[in-house]
Amino acid sequence: MAEQNTHLSSLLQKNEQSLLTQWIEAQQRVIGTKISPQELKIQCMDFLRLMVEATHQDKSTSIDGPAWVTAKKMLAEVSKSRTNQGFSPSQTALFVFSLKRPLFDLLRKELVDRPNEFADAIWAITQILDQLGLYTAEMHQRSREEVINRQQADMLELSTPVVKLWDGILALPMIGTLDSNRTQIVMESLLQKIMETESEIAIIDITGVPTVDTLVAQHLIKTVTAARLMGTECIISGIRPQIAATIVHLGVELGNIATKSTLADAFKLALSRTGRSVSKTTTHSPATGMRK
Amino acid sequence: MERIPILKMGSFLLVTIQVDMHDQLAMNLQEDLTNRISATGARAVLIDISALDIVDSFIGRMLAGIAGMAKILDAKTVVVGMQPAVAITLVELGLSLDGIHTALNVDRGMALLRNSLELSDDEDLGAELANES
Repeated sequence: MAEQNTHLSSLLQKNEQSLLTQWIEAQQRVIGTKISPQELKIQCMDFLRLMVEATHQDKSTSIDGPAWVTAKKMLAEVSKSRTNQGFSPSQTALFVFSLKRPLFDLLRKELVDRPNEFADAIWAITQILDQLGLYTAEMHQRSREEVINRQQADMLELSTPVVKLWDGILALPMIGTLDSNRTQIVMESLLQKIMETESEIAIIDITGVPTVDTLVAQHLIKTVTAARLMGTECIISGIRPQIAATIVHLGVELGNIATKSTLADAFKLALSRTGRSVSKTTTHSPATGMRK
Repeated sequence: MERIPILKMGSFLLVTIQVDMHDQLAMNLQEDLTNRISATGARAVLIDISALDIVDSFIGRMLAGIAGMAKILDAKTVVVGMQPAVAITLVELGLSLDGIHTALNVDRGMALLRNSLELSDDEDLGAELANES
């Protein structure tokens, strides 16, 4: 079987041009105009050249050897660029798999009178190309995962601001779905800020939280308890009717945590607990207020 | 034996934990504090743990225990200055210290105790002077 690869290397080199044309055609039939013809041609040419080199150096049917390193690197790049262009995994893997047909046609022409060698060669090429194809798909998935991880990290960073409403009153507007990871960060940043500002009251606003399940409720209670341990009282605001219903249906016990329906109500309560109040000034006239 | 000092100020007892709490130290503190409460008839205890970086379940339980015992002895306990990391640890351990009052710093803790004992700002010191004379 190893002997067949010597054959493959020279075969590839001899018929590079015709292979290339057929290969590119086969790809364009499926993926259409998603990628420019020039770019595709350059990628195909590079890969064929690398494959000739690799099959020349490495006579086995495995792609784990050092000879395949550059070819694999090139494949990883191709797969990454296709991921960014919005290709599906199968479309990306097609880059390699579509080489089969032209290669098999070529072999049939060359080895028409030697069926045994033909069968062996087909097997060897299938093995190599399948491995390369799977590698491409794997790379595609990996670059997708990288994108997802980066977005997750971005989301964590941008979504946990702790704002100061008044002397001694903090607000934490929560937005998006709460999971353990995010809640941990939210809890830490809130407690840190409480310590820095020595605030007596923290308002946790969950208007932007789409759903509350037992886990989210538990996280909320934990945050409130931790804040209480530090000597700060928490008010939860922005509970929508559906969420209130969910909390009751789930049987979650919010204990003696103060809850208000809007941030404004919570702020008012916070002010009154710190011995302050909001009142209208008598000189205020609505017209100037509007124009201001 | 290593002990944590307990200061008496009027009808208050003050405890500042400034070393790493280990189990024996915590047990000594519990014993000393209950003795002092009954000996002095203190009505309030303030425990400052702002220098405490690490707690385990034992120390957490000790704190809860001290507060519970003080309550039975008719003294109100307030824990002040808990670090965020300590608070998170206690919550994760399931120790929410329900019977204990907390405050952000010593000032607020004192104000809380005075309010709940309905003392004016100087009255606790006044009691002290009266005792001495």
